[in-house]
Amino acid sequence: METVTADGADSPALIRFEEVSKVYPLPAGNVVALDTVSLAIRRGEFIAIMGPSGSGKTTLLNLIGCLDVPTSGRLVIGGRDVGELSDDELTYLRRDTIGFIFQQFNLIPLLSVLENVEYPRVLKCGSRGACGRKPEEVLRAAGLAEERLHRSLPSELSGGQQQRVAIARALVNDPDLLLCDEPTGNLDQKTGQGIMELLVAMNREGKTVIMVTHDPGIASYARRQLRIVDGQISEDSG
Amino acid sequence: MSRTFFEIAQRNLRRNLLRSMLAIIGIVIGVLAISSLGILGNSLTLSVKDQLSTVGDSLIVTPHISMGAAFGGGLAEEKISERQVQDLRRIAGTDPVIPIYSTADRIEVGTTKGPVSIYAIDPDDIGYMVEVDQGVLLRGTSGVLAGPTIADQFDLRIGSQVRFSDGSTQRVVGILKERGLGFDIQPDLALIVSPKWYEDRNSDRGYDQVTIKVSDIERIDAIEEAIDQRFNRRETVLDSYSSKMILESLDTVFSQISTFTTAIGGISLIVAGISILNVMLMSVTERIREIGILRSIGTLRREIRQMFLYEALILGAIGSSIGGLLSLGAGYLVSLLVLQSTDYLFHPSNLGSIALGMGFGLVTALLSGLYPAWKAANLNPIEALRHE
Ligand SMILES: Nc1ncnc2c1ncn2[C@@H]1O[C@H](COP(=O)(O)OP(=O)(O)O)[C@@H](O)[C@H]1O
Ligand SMILES: [Mg+2]
Repeated sequence: METVTADGADSPALIRFEEVSKVYPLPAGNVVALDTVSLAIRRGEFIAIMGPSGSGKTTLLNLIGCLDVPTSGRLVIGGRDVGELSDDELTYLRRDTIGFIFQQFNLIPLLSVLENVEYPRVLKCGSRGACGRKPEEVLRAAGLAEERLHRSLPSELSGGQQQRVAIARALVNDPDLLLCDEPTGNLDQKTGQGIMELLVAMNREGKTVIMVTHDPGIASYARRQLRIVDGQISEDSG
Repeated sequence: MSRTFFEIAQRNLRRNLLRSMLAIIGIVIGVLAISSLGILGNSLTLSVKDQLSTVGDSLIVTPHISMGAAFGGGLAEEKISERQVQDLRRIAGTDPVIPIYSTADRIEVGTTKGPVSIYAIDPDDIGYMVEVDQGVLLRGTSGVLAGPTIADQFDLRIGSQVRFSDGSTQRVVGILKERGLGFDIQPDLALIVSPKWYEDRNSDRGYDQVTIKVSDIERIDAIEEAIDQRFNRRETVLDSYSSKMILESLDTVFSQISTFTTAIGGISLIVAGISILNVMLMSVTERIREIGILRSIGTLRREIRQMFLYEALILGAIGSSIGGLLSLGAGYLVSLLVLQSTDYLFHPSNLGSIALGMGFGLVTALLSGLYPAWKAANLNPIEALRHE
């Protein structure tokens, strides 16, 4: 496995896009969601990705999240070319090193709050496993200390509370990377600010945070801003 | 880990309770059909075998009815002569050879009239064929023995007077023990008289049947062979068949019946399988987004597959268990109705039928779960997540 170092910098790039394109073949014609994107992201960065709807933000995030692989070009994450990994290997990467936070929260409706948070840890360590962090503890860190809530179903919680559960779930296996697709998109401004403060705190603890957002106010929490238009990076603040 | 998948599977089934119950009912019906029909077949075979074994190992010799006689004369009835009986005795050696006259008559007892079968058997031989329940066996030329069914029908007791159609009368000296279905004679449904009494009333001599009680089962084939050698060299004169042979052909018939009933059960299981397939495909379609979430946070394809197979397994296990229990009940009812006895219900072969039905139920459920599970596991995570 090769180690890729960021251009000139002393810290190695955690993620490196080399002329990556993503094309979705559709009956009506191919959709070029990402068009020869090159990009390096270092460990510990806090990045906001902005751009109009349909410009390719989610596609970029999904590639980083190993949910999909490039149509062409190379994407190297933690030294590994994701184009060469099997479905199982990609799944292990998601499980162990990546935490996802979605706009729709995406909790599992059949599981209680505590079980939702526990789930990735059970996948990784087994039901008695002693790896990862304690679910109750991560829930407290995410701002949901109340034990009564832990036994509730996600549908019984408010949007802000659900997003905190999702953050706790994303953190339970102590990943290096947090990927957030419009994490405040379904929340009111005040609740959204609370979530952002949480993400800033996680970034201070050393996690790399990559966040898609429409909202310039939310984007200002990040230290580096990217703008994507028509599948290409049009601005990069850092 | 698998405990979590089991838990999710089980909660999903409960979330769609009505649908799950429909799938379970399908399996229950299939298992019930296979098991209870199997129990009926087994119990029938067992009870017939039991009844036959009381007959012992008999070789039954009858005159051969030729095609010519059957269609042509009709008057010239075939009989077994005294000479032929002597030859049979020589062949049988020390085993008892019992010549039997068999006829029928209308009798009158008090004001009750009706037809009965009549066997004439030498008093010395009667003990080989039947046992008395009340009274004594025949002695000399007088008296009749009555089978239990006939005794019931005509309300016969020891000493009752039976009037035959020629006006002669006899007194009942004994009522027989119930013997059940037989392949040589049906004494339950008949009167037994002495041969001398019969011969006095019938001019044409000749027996209708000869029963040889073979003490050593191994010798049955040899005796049959000897009878063929002696009588049937040029043309077939006497037919012989053994209870063993009848049992064997009965076995064939029953195994055909049970193949047929298993096929019926199989068809209902196929229907059940299709309903499970349907239920689970619906479940996959409705949960596409949920599957996308599970995949995105690190669930492997094979783990998704496992989760859906658990659903099929749970449906199959519940359906099979209920079906197994109900088929004990159904077997009980059917045995009671058809055989008037539930003695055979817990026989190993019946428990085997239940196990077979349950096994089929479980396997059907699993097989129907395979395709939906495969389909769920192979969803593309991104497209699943984009699904509304
Ligand atoms: N799985 C897919 N199949 C087909 N087309 C897709 C798929 N995902 C995204 N697209 C298309 O690719 C383009 C970029 O989509 P996306 O990355 O979701 O944009 P954004 O998140 O910036 O709104 C859009 O035109 C979208 O319709
Ligand atoms: Mg998007």
